[in-house]
Amino acid sequence: MELFTPDFGLIFWMFISFIILFVVLAIWGWPVILKNMDKRADTIDKGVEYAREAKTQLDNAKAEAQKYMEEAQQQQAEMLREASRMKTQLIEEAKKEASEEAKKVMDAARVSIEQQRKEAELQFRNEVSKFSLDIAEKMVRGNLSDDKSHHALVDKMLDEIKSN
Amino acid sequence: MNKKSIILIFLALVAIFTPAHSFASSGSENGEIDVKEIIFHHLGDGYGWEVPFSHVYRIPLPVILRAEDGKWISFSSHKLQEYVKIVNDSTGKEELVAEPRIVTIDKNGKQYQFILAHVSKHRNKVVQIFPLSPEEEARVKEEAKHNPEIQGDIDKAEAIIGGYAGFNETYYREYKPLDISFTKNVLALFIAAIVVTAMVMSVVWFYSRKGMKAPRKGVGFMEMLIDFIYTGVIKSTLHDQARKYAPFLLTCFFFILVMNLVGLIVIFPGGANLTGNIAITLVLAIMVFVVTNVMGSKHYWKEIFWPDVPLFLKFPIPIMQFIEIFGIFTKPAALCVRLFANMMGGHMIVITLTLLIFIFAAFGALAAGGSVFISVMFSIFMLCLDVLVSFIQAYVFTLLATIFISMSIDKGHHEGHGKDEHKTEDQTIEKTEEKDSEPAAAPASVNAATVS
Repeated sequence: MELFTPDFGLIFWMFISFIILFVVLAIWGWPVILKNMDKRADTIDKGVEYAREAKTQLDNAKAEAQKYMEEAQQQQAEMLREASRMKTQLIEEAKKEASEEAKKVMDAARVSIEQQRKEAELQFRNEVSKFSLDIAEKMVRGNLSDDKSHHALVDKMLDEIKSN
Repeated sequence: MNKKSIILIFLALVAIFTPAHSFASSGSENGEIDVKEIIFHHLGDGYGWEVPFSHVYRIPLPVILRAEDGKWISFSSHKLQEYVKIVNDSTGKEELVAEPRIVTIDKNGKQYQFILAHVSKHRNKVVQIFPLSPEEEARVKEEAKHNPEIQGDIDKAEAIIGGYAGFNETYYREYKPLDISFTKNVLALFIAAIVVTAMVMSVVWFYSRKGMKAPRKGVGFMEMLIDFIYTGVIKSTLHDQARKYAPFLLTCFFFILVMNLVGLIVIFPGGANLTGNIAITLVLAIMVFVVTNVMGSKHYWKEIFWPDVPLFLKFPIPIMQFIEIFGIFTKPAALCVRLFANMMGGHMIVITLTLLIFIFAAFGALAAGGSVFISVMFSIFMLCLDVLVSFIQAYVFTLLATIFISMSIDKGHHEGHGKDEHKTEDQTIEKTEEKDSEPAAAPASVNAATVS
């Protein structure tokens, strides 16, 4: 029956060790553990929440990026089209300008040619009149006193030639 | 298979077969074994702890006693027995046997004599003995002679002539001193307490070292257990009061669990049948009793002294009050007996199964061989079951203690209202948590934006 009769010594030591164990663990053990476990659970919950948010945001960002990409591509295409249009226009304009310029140059050239021609004509006429006068002078030297009237005559005759 | 597991299996085998070997030597002279004696020896307490694999030598432990004159005496438990060589009658071999002897302590010029009582009602306890005066001795001898049950057998005489112990054919007056010795169970108790402290502190140290990192292996297992009890039992029953009672209940759980498991280990650090000892479970139950009644709410006491029953049940004859007050004591008593009986039963079955070998050995070699195999198989099975029972009993004790506490701190009629309060509290907590999480979430979104 000794198994069923509690022994005083054991009760005494059990009491003491339980109280000491309880006090030690109640001060340094359980509160720290429970607090930390709660804290970590909260941290994990928050972490999961962050991750979820981050994922949604990432997804949004991806969609946005896709949108931007598409837009950019569209813009690019447009810009290319614009560029080619501008290119042709530019070429067109350049051509036009060039032809105008050329025309201008040609005109100027023509004018100068005309002028030079006129000058040359004038010179030539002078030369010719001089030569003819010389010739005429040589031919009719002596009896021709008034040169002026002869010159006028020659001029008149040259004009007639020219008009012919 | 690695080296470790081979060593473990070897140790397990040794541990299984060694008690069998030691039982063999504890048989009485004529080869018969005293089953009851062996079971009680293994379930009970003792001065000194058996050295592993030796049935004779014991690890000495201090014996602390308060003698009859009020003086405290302490001595080493190895003094309580001496080792003598005897020749075994059946085998003819010399064997070393521990025999009790008288311990004489001189203190302040006074002699104190103690002996390990081995037959009287204080069996297996240290008693103080006093030499008898001649008249007393004559009276005892006379009584012994006339008592037909004794028939000159001194061992029997002690049992029958109360208060007198016989030793080596001399009679002494026996006194049971107040005994707070460091017995085997006390040492096992300290070991269990240290193991629990180490287990819990390992988690605490983990937090201080590694902070919020995820624990693994042992610490992870501890945390799982703590969470299992705290969330599964304490918090779900006590709600907002959980934090207040958690230290007590968790200490109970882990102390009981470790004591249960330490009891299952066959050799030195274990082997003490702690929770299968009523003193241990009694203290645990008293703790629960104190907590439930000290923390008891007004409603709890009102339910005891003026319960909601028809008037004739509580006045003029206080039937209900009687039942309720009885109930205060039966609840912790049930805790005490449940744990004690379960654990002691488990130990007893394992020992009995092992003893079957020696009982069947009488029927010949074949029966002995067969019973060895069957007994060992059953013992292993029972020990595995006991591991499960150890956990379940610790869990059940904690669960019931939690329920008793929740019943005693219950505010009664405000229960419905109280629940609503909990809800709103929870909601506010959630709200604050959400608020807290918002600013913290902002940097995350920034990060996400930068990543993308």
